Amino acid sequence: MIDLVDYIEQIFSDYTFRTISIGTAVLGAVCGMLGCFAVLRKQSLLGDAISHAALPGIAIAFLITGAKDNSTLLLGALISGLLGAYWIKSITAKTHLKSDTALGLILSLFFGVGMLLLTFIQKQPNANQAGLDKYLFGQAATLLEKDIWLMIFVTVICLLVLLLFWKEFKLLLFDADYTKTLGFNIKLLDVLITSFIVIAIILGLQTVGVVLMSALLLAPAAAARQWTNSLGVMVVIAGVFGALSGVLGTGISAMQSNLSTGPVIVLVASVIVLISFVFSPSRGLLFKEIRFRKNRNDIKLHKTLAFMYDIAKSHENISHPHTIKILNNFQGYTKKSLYKLEQEGLIKIDGANWYLTEEGFYKAKNLYNQNVSLDD
Amino acid sequence: MTSAQIVIQLIASLTAIACAIPGVFLVLRKMALISDAISHAILPGIVVGFFITHDMSSPVLIILAALTGILTVFLVEFIQKTGLVKEDTAIGLIFPALFSIGVILIAKNANDVHLDIDAVLLGELAFAPFDRVVYNGIDFGPKALWVIGSILSAILILLVAFFKEIKLSTFDVGLASALGFSPAILHYGLMTVASVTTVGAFDAVGAILVVALTIAPAATAYLLTKDLKKMLFLAVGFGIFSSISGYWLAHNLDASIAGSIATILGVLFLLVYLFAPKSGMISVAYKQQRQKIEVLLLTFLLHLRNHKEKEERHINHLNEHINWKKSQSKKVLDLALKNNMIEVNANVVALTDKGKVFTENAINYITAGSEEAIEEMKKEFFLFRG
Amino acid sequence: MEKEVAVAIDDLTVAYNYKPVLWDIDLAIPKGVLMAIVGPNGAGKSTLIKSILGIIKPIAGSVTVFGKPYTKQRKKVAYVPQKGSVDWDFPTTALDVVLMGTYGSLGWIKRPGKTQKKAALEALEKVGMLPFKNRQISQLSGGQQQRIFLARALVQNAEIYFMDEPFQGVDATTEKAIINILKALRKAGKTVVVVHHDLQTVPEYFDWVTFLNVKKIATGPVKDIFNNENLIKTYGINYQVSIQE
Repeated sequence: MIDLVDYIEQIFSDYTFRTISIGTAVLGAVCGMLGCFAVLRKQSLLGDAISHAALPGIAIAFLITGAKDNSTLLLGALISGLLGAYWIKSITAKTHLKSDTALGLILSLFFGVGMLLLTFIQKQPNANQAGLDKYLFGQAATLLEKDIWLMIFVTVICLLVLLLFWKEFKLLLFDADYTKTLGFNIKLLDVLITSFIVIAIILGLQTVGVVLMSALLLAPAAAARQWTNSLGVMVVIAGVFGALSGVLGTGISAMQSNLSTGPVIVLVASVIVLISFVFSPSRGLLFKEIRFRKNRNDIKLHKTLAFMYDIAKSHENISHPHTIKILNNFQGYTKKSLYKLEQEGLIKIDGANWYLTEEGFYKAKNLYNQNVSLDD
Repeated sequence: MTSAQIVIQLIASLTAIACAIPGVFLVLRKMALISDAISHAILPGIVVGFFITHDMSSPVLIILAALTGILTVFLVEFIQKTGLVKEDTAIGLIFPALFSIGVILIAKNANDVHLDIDAVLLGELAFAPFDRVVYNGIDFGPKALWVIGSILSAILILLVAFFKEIKLSTFDVGLASALGFSPAILHYGLMTVASVTTVGAFDAVGAILVVALTIAPAATAYLLTKDLKKMLFLAVGFGIFSSISGYWLAHNLDASIAGSIATILGVLFLLVYLFAPKSGMISVAYKQQRQKIEVLLLTFLLHLRNHKEKEERHINHLNEHINWKKSQSKKVLDLALKNNMIEVNANVVALTDKGKVFTENAINYITAGSEEAIEEMKKEFFLFRG
Repeated sequence: MEKEVAVAIDDLTVAYNYKPVLWDIDLAIPKGVLMAIVGPNGAGKSTLIKSILGIIKPIAGSVTVFGKPYTKQRKKVAYVPQKGSVDWDFPTTALDVVLMGTYGSLGWIKRPGKTQKKAALEALEKVGMLPFKNRQISQLSGGQQQRIFLARALVQNAEIYFMDEPFQGVDATTEKAIINILKALRKAGKTVVVVHHDLQTVPEYFDWVTFLNVKKIATGPVKDIFNNENLIKTYGINYQVSIQE
């Protein structure tokens, strides 16, 4: 914890640290926001394939230009990433291979070609290849101010377009056919949203790396979905989660030596996902389990009460005492459930006898009626 | 060729075979991505196993890592069942998380672990011949050869012993379970085999390229045949071919062997994807072009049959009514004329007797939904295809 | 008496991957009818609606709505897709889905305002879903989801309504509520076209019917053409057996 406080202090004092933190925050935010669209379009794994497919592009761009210049390499990444995405689409459209095969195929084959080229480049005598390794698992420390301005610029453009066409994007995500009948150009919307996702992936390669980039896209969105039922709120929360993962991940990895930023950022994001899956009030597993148990107990108690009601209604006086022994024929009753019923004021226990209270009688009667009306 | 080179090629080929066989079933069962998930997710299992055994080819390590693989499958299925996220998102969340843990573990213990990130991504095939099994001073050959050899033997035994069951459950789950083959056992059996193979192959080709060795040969074979046995043989053949030629490519470029093998697999897939006689892009494009014009022809003939009125059948009105471009109408008209399906009298088009019979038959076949019958019929009636 | 034609379909042929699913369909849907499209599975019922609406491009033929191509008449047409075609776990509320019905008249970029919200609330009221307006859509029952879809179409305030199996998987109360709304629409002079599965309810619910099985078998008033002969032509000789499935 003390390390973290130190780190936060450093952010505000150290120029490089501040730059990098802003960069990863912006990156995390834009990935988180666009990730919502990828997740809701059921294209979660397309991002993974695109990011892996970007690797040979980086290597080829380096081989051709010999440049260490980031934007040239990212342009190569963009082209080969898009090529991979396009090939996946055409494999699934034109052959009987299914999308899972196409994704896995392109992902691993492109990555293999990329690794071949990377190892080839490393053996070149003159090459200043040290920079290329960072694209595997990411190295936020190599971000320059220029890179961060590029990220901010792209983020602002994305945000503007998102806000401008918010209504159309939402409609497309929910019901594409209907969108078409209303006269919106869904091809245009589709191209816009896909290119944004691809651009976000490419921007993140330097920080998170090709291997793990897709997680920064998915995890914040999947976590955010658990906390809200509104698309707008989901996008905002995902942005915050993404930024948080970026900043914390970079911070933690900066405190350790020899640690790439990518895996740490992804792990932070995964922890956020785990927390969201378990503790989200409306969808989380914990509260679901609690509700489920409570429901089951309620049903048990109701059954016992209904059984008692059946016995009690045969007497004119509802508070006529019956012995507990008659309940023995009934499977659902335990001492604990009787105690609980008494606590709720539905029955009274008097030694070895019990009788229904007024309240208990009416509650049981209503239970009965409800069941009858349900059976209709 | 030195003996080390032969050993490397042998290990690579055996690995490729061991991956290709489960790969065929994964591709057929639409679970190719599970192999991707497993290959990433076993990394922490391998690292922890390595801490315990300090031996990359120890059986304990293999079992431990394979368990991580199966655990991954369970986790993915568990998350899918909660309904919190969609299926593919579940996969996409689990494996990066586990892979990250593995990478971090390696990085944190870089000094006392003889295992680095390069080995994780690319394997250590080049060093495999020099890590040997020595027992009582006798050299029994390279360890990796023993490991992958045993895994492959186990796979082959399982494949031969349960071929019928596996085949049935792959193509008809309903029937298989009705006959008493539990789909769950076969499912998790396949997952176990895939996990063990992945761990075994990890040493040779690294975490990500295992996926290439698993999926690519199977997918390439699937484009060439739909017969299970042929597909298995083809996949194995592609695996062996790319292992050996991949080795020599790497040798000449002085680059990663695993990367080269994947590259050769990629080139193979591309070639088959473009030129396969039935499913290849070129043949599909040709076939679709022909089918398109033939469907248009049928449409046109049917229109003639449905409309007795002269104005509906006037040559100049066809464009407006069927709503085609002029060039398209002309093409269809020519094809129909060439095949003696229609005759033109004073610019009014009418079906010939042959055209009438053909159209009648076509309608019946189409409403019955029998495509093969249609193709047969086209062969019978057409003098010229579209 | 010749009725005004709402939708005219001329020589329509549709093929998926060059396999024909609809053949040379000629069909005129008169204005003001409540029409069922019936036919066996795979007969192309949904495809017919989708190609009228321009979702699927036909390989031949043309469709006009009140004498003009559909693209010029979008505002006169509303569509209720099959309930199963969307992801009901999508993060949005019932009211939000109904508001989507106003997007077409708003056009690009413009956001729904007070007028649109009022219209959406009225539509929710009509289908009896006003109390559920802020419910997340996954927490609605199948029947309620179908009502939301209907409300979304109502808000489009169209002249012609196309509905793809609106009675599938809904409870009896919802079915009754929906058919009452459809009958009210007809009374108001609107044209309603419904892909329908349950042959037994055709005479009770509809006044117009089209039999479809890849080709058009027959179309016309229910009282004139809803008979054994057409049923057999559409479903085959054992139609009663195949319906009960």
